[in-house]
Amino acid sequence: MRNIFFDMAGDILIASLSGEIDHHNAGSLRSEIDSAIRAFNSKHLVLDYSDVDFMDSSGIGLAMGRYRNISKRDGIMVIVPGNTYVTRIFGLSGVFGTIPKSKTQELALEYISEKGGTPDDK
Amino acid sequence: MTNDKEIRTHNFEIEFDSCSRNEAFARGVIIAFLSELDPILEDLIEVKTAVSEAVSNCIIHAYRKSDGRIHMLCDVSDDGYLTITIKDNGVGIENVEKAMLPLFTTGGTERSGMGFTVMETFMDSVTVTSNPGEGTEVVMTKKLDVGYV
Repeated sequence: MRNIFFDMAGDILIASLSGEIDHHNAGSLRSEIDSAIRAFNSKHLVLDYSDVDFMDSSGIGLAMGRYRNISKRDGIMVIVPGNTYVTRIFGLSGVFGTIPKSKTQELALEYISEKGGTPDDK
Repeated sequence: MTNDKEIRTHNFEIEFDSCSRNEAFARGVIIAFLSELDPILEDLIEVKTAVSEAVSNCIIHAYRKSDGRIHMLCDVSDDGYLTITIKDNGVGIENVEKAMLPLFTTGGTERSGMGFTVMETFMDSVTVTSNPGEGTEVVMTKKLDVGYV
């Protein structure tokens, strides 16, 4: 079962994750996202965990690794953390001190365009 | 109200190979085993996550890319006292205290170093016994909120 779905808004890649994220599948999610960033030459990234049913700390590692890559491209990354349980796991790591979070994809896109993104290529 | 029902304990012990697909297997086993006690969902998710972290540690750190066996023992009473032991015969941990620090990892840039912190947050106690070359044993306990009356 495919548990990642991509969408583009200008130079922002939106990666929507679903199902379970553990060490076993984090590796393939990582390479799919990194390939999509290269393929679409996207500058910014929205990593959406709204439909994630379960994750362990591998889900944090996945976000931290992508943040490093996007930062190298001078891009902005935003996490949409989803259910309270996933938000709690992220909260333990203090990752939101570094990577901004938004309640919804729409708010994440707004945040990025205000900070210098060009979602409509304007 | 009196309750003459005897409190029984239940346990299982399994051994499986160190392979990342078994992370989901171990989570499934613990959920299946505890479901009979009818614990609250939050407790189930927390235990499931702690098991996922402990088993991942065996695969990523203890055995790295080599073959190995992971032992999982679980003991629970009708009134919800749970003990889970996860053991490996892998490389062991040189400095347990350091390994348990939040954000500390030897797993590279894709690992958060939050595994032990997650276990400690979601379980009531986590005890790690390890020596280099002698494997690692993680014992976690938690009092579950169960339907037992």
